[in-house]
Amino acid sequence: MLDNQGHPNRLGIWGWLGGGRWGFERYLYTLHRLTGLGLLCYFLLHIFVTSARAFGPEAWAASMARVSGPLFVVGEFLVFSAFAFHAVNGVRLVLVELGWAIGKPIEPIYPYRTSVHEQRPLALGVMVLAGLIVLAGGLDFFILH
Amino acid sequence: MRDQRLWTWHVLAGLVILVFLGLHMAIMHLDVLLGIFNPGDPHPIAWANVVARAKTGFFTFSYIVLLGAALFHGLYGFRNILFELGPGPGVKRAANLVLTVGGLGLFVFGAWAAWAAGTLARTL
Repeated sequence: MLDNQGHPNRLGIWGWLGGGRWGFERYLYTLHRLTGLGLLCYFLLHIFVTSARAFGPEAWAASMARVSGPLFVVGEFLVFSAFAFHAVNGVRLVLVELGWAIGKPIEPIYPYRTSVHEQRPLALGVMVLAGLIVLAGGLDFFILH
Repeated sequence: MRDQRLWTWHVLAGLVILVFLGLHMAIMHLDVLLGIFNPGDPHPIAWANVVARAKTGFFTFSYIVLLGAALFHGLYGFRNILFELGPGPGVKRAANLVLTVGGLGLFVFGAWAAWAAGTLARTL
């Protein structure tokens, strides 16, 4: 991350949480960060919970018993959904950062077109893919089990 | 320059996570639909499955790589968010220290657990 070069973030947390009229991709950015923070919190706890397997079957069973029940199933589904979104949106961000799927530079002639017009199908496509993964997860979590 | 290099590692770690966490999620949460790597019991967290996976060098390797990649990706991402809020240099230095030491500590603990679980599984 580049250091702030004398332009203080006066909006604080709302500077990245609120997207205003910046468009669909700006809200994906906010959601990417929120899901990232959620996944990080879960992951840090997950390291401790799953390390119980190093101490044998009784410790493993006790550890799994502490995180069982309907509330945890719903929580795990939220984690799965956050993963699905964060993963496919992350792939989109890598593609865009590498200059793919953003179109080529064009003359600024009215009516103006920006690279957002070129990026939009990719953004919508990855959201459909994330939705399909979440649906598959929902089927496995709540219907087939 | 240092931050550009760390950002590149952040992106590369994301791609590693995509592969290994994708596999982990498929095994753990698409178990009925896909039914992969759960030979001992239909439920993926059953002890028989934990042992079966821990016995293979591939899973021990993948857990340790995933642990390292996810810790770096997650904690560096958190650092980016934190630094964008414009903290002072003292807070930045403290955050760097806490995140680096905390991340390394969690990596050592998690890698030990993956290794010890593999060793235990091979004795059963």
